Amino acid sequence: MHRSPAVRGRGITKSFGDVVALDGVDLDVASGQVHGLVGPNGAGKTTLLGLLLGLAVADGGRLEILGTPVGRTLAVADGVAGFVDGPGLYPSLTARQNLSALASLRGYDAGRTAGVDDALEQVGLTDVADDRIRGFSLGMRQRLGLAAALLTTPRLLVLDEPANGLDPAGKHHVHRVITELAADGTAVVLSSHRMDDLAALCSEVTVLATGRVVFSGPVSKLAAESGELDYRLLTSDPAAAHRVALETPGLRVATGRDRVERPDADVLVVRGPVPAIEELVVRLVRADVAVRELAPVVAPLEAAFLALTGAGQTDEKDVP
Amino acid sequence: MTATVAPSSVEARPAPVLRGYRFELVKLLSQWRIRVLLLACWIAPAGFVAAVSLQSQLPADTVFGRWMHATGWAGALVVLDFSRSWALPLLTALVAGDVFAAEDRLGTWRHLLVAVRSPRRIFVAKGLATLTVLLLLVAGLTGSGIAGGLAAVGDRPLVGLDGHLLTPAGAAGTVLLAWACVLAPTLAFAAIGLLGSVALGRSTMGLLVPALLAFALQLAQLLPLPVAVRLALPSHAFLAWRGLFTSPVQAGPLLIGLAVSLAWAGVATALAYRLFLRRDFTDLAYDGSGRRVLVAGALPLAGLVALTAVVVSVATPAKGSGIEQAKVQDSLATAYAHLYRLQTRELHRPDVTEAQLRATASCDKGGDRVLDEGPGNDWRCVVSWHLPGATAVGTAIYQLDVTADGRYVADGDGPKEVNGYFQVRTPTGDAPNPLWQFDGNVDLLASTSKD
Repeated sequence: MHRSPAVRGRGITKSFGDVVALDGVDLDVASGQVHGLVGPNGAGKTTLLGLLLGLAVADGGRLEILGTPVGRTLAVADGVAGFVDGPGLYPSLTARQNLSALASLRGYDAGRTAGVDDALEQVGLTDVADDRIRGFSLGMRQRLGLAAALLTTPRLLVLDEPANGLDPAGKHHVHRVITELAADGTAVVLSSHRMDDLAALCSEVTVLATGRVVFSGPVSKLAAESGELDYRLLTSDPAAAHRVALETPGLRVATGRDRVERPDADVLVVRGPVPAIEELVVRLVRADVAVRELAPVVAPLEAAFLALTGAGQTDEKDVP
Repeated sequence: MTATVAPSSVEARPAPVLRGYRFELVKLLSQWRIRVLLLACWIAPAGFVAAVSLQSQLPADTVFGRWMHATGWAGALVVLDFSRSWALPLLTALVAGDVFAAEDRLGTWRHLLVAVRSPRRIFVAKGLATLTVLLLLVAGLTGSGIAGGLAAVGDRPLVGLDGHLLTPAGAAGTVLLAWACVLAPTLAFAAIGLLGSVALGRSTMGLLVPALLAFALQLAQLLPLPVAVRLALPSHAFLAWRGLFTSPVQAGPLLIGLAVSLAWAGVATALAYRLFLRRDFTDLAYDGSGRRVLVAGALPLAGLVALTAVVVSVATPAKGSGIEQAKVQDSLATAYAHLYRLQTRELHRPDVTEAQLRATASCDKGGDRVLDEGPGNDWRCVVSWHLPGATAVGTAIYQLDVTADGRYVADGDGPKEVNGYFQVRTPTGDAPNPLWQFDGNVDLLASTSKD
């Protein structure tokens, strides 16, 4: 099914003084798609989300939001909602007051409470609707921020780290809301450092590193970019398993500083492509060594992210 | 490649100013600090005035303080004089000085911009909400002070700063007018607060700007500045309301003070508006505009002071400190004549008019080696007057402490029956002696007879 693009960006550039935050970024997000934006700190994610929300304007390039080109002046496009750097909420007001004020500013009837109540219910905050948010946890604030975005029934929802601080129940609420919105045709662009969230929610991801796109496409394709992975191997005979692993072509056994996980005498960490791992399993079975556990040390998505961005080696400050 | 120019259709309509204003008002009024201030302004003055009015010791160092036993209207003026020194600058600091900085502290600018969609409207809404809260605070100070005075002492005539008597209705109108006049410098300080709040971001310096400026200006006003410079300061209208309580009204300094204050309010607001619209809201670490504060904020206001001082010195007869021998003598003689009539009525003597008294004063400052002009507590005056049918000329001596703003306290030093003692013996018992000590106000802009 053909979906119209909610966001179409070509060659977007943005600098803050001497710091290049975005360097020729292309971005395509279709309506009804949940699109993940990932990258190490300083990659330019927040800057890109800010452009989508109309909080900043690009220095160059072309950006279309919901089918209309974005201009050079600060302006929030109609049908766009969301938040960057956490939801901006007023601690001296209750959850309901925060949302009612927002609804009023957006032009809805201030006396109409149904929309506010619905939004609070969707994110599971009905019970604390009349509490001042001064006492809310980070996760509750995140959910309220999402409720604020829902008030306007957006066609493009922009969320910066929406799962930040959420407990499992809160995460479930947020994931359900985002999935339902996408099913109804809303395009969602979200940033996250949690690859499991991205894997659960996103159909496509864009990986940024130092302001440039290093990957853009389906999540499944990103996982394939991971190359050789470390696998944790627990067997009935570690010594025999070690010997078999050394004899398996294309495989090497990680030792000492190679190992990214906590050392364990019974656990073997092997590194190699998927065919070599498959060959190892066959050889172990032939050698009467029972395989109790075989799993990647780092998830494929995360491994792909680390490989593409070189993250872990850099610790740059996030560009606003 | 450059970003394309967008057709206007992509932009959502900004939130109406009225709704933004309402939201800003809700935010302000939900702060415990603002609620405490409102409560204090609506209750504390009444309690203070009522309590002081019932005590034997009165705040005679404050203008109208010595009349708090005589009329309820004096209490509201004592509150006014106290407020203009400390309360109003502090109130503007706490309300206007924080209204923009609060969004920096809470990290809500992006949220607000997405919701309102117009930095211009955000500025207008915040400005109007600040103004509303300040008006509520000033209304509380006014109403509470009046209520406390009237409840404790009653609705009686008020003695003006030239000794003439204002009827209760006249006093009510003039007291309200005086409070209204003080709104102009309050607006000026509020605009400074907005400017500080916009320019200095989350820095606490933004909050302190109006209070620090008020402190600095108060120090400046203690100095014997040329009258043109004095009138060019935005705080002058905090003092110029006193001119309403003379007859005729000392309109010159008051009108100039109001104009200067409103000019400051306008210029500071415009500067704050300009800085606000130029701000980069994507910078989360924004901590003020630094050097730009000096260039875009302080320098234009310093220029405004200089320009105003030049205009005042050219367009008015202002010279030197504005406190000259002839003016002091005229003011003292007028006040003495009015108060003499008041004493005459207290003593149930036959009434005399000011014209019949033909009171004159002869003043000298600091002896022969000092010029007879300028502020100081070394003014010594001899007041002479005539009584109908009597050939003898009455004389009374006064020591005057004249401050740089034109206010003076005349301390009687003569016969006990005239001005030498704080009480006079009336047919109904001892009563306060209006001629013993009294306040006066020299019109800094009046032309002297020499001119």
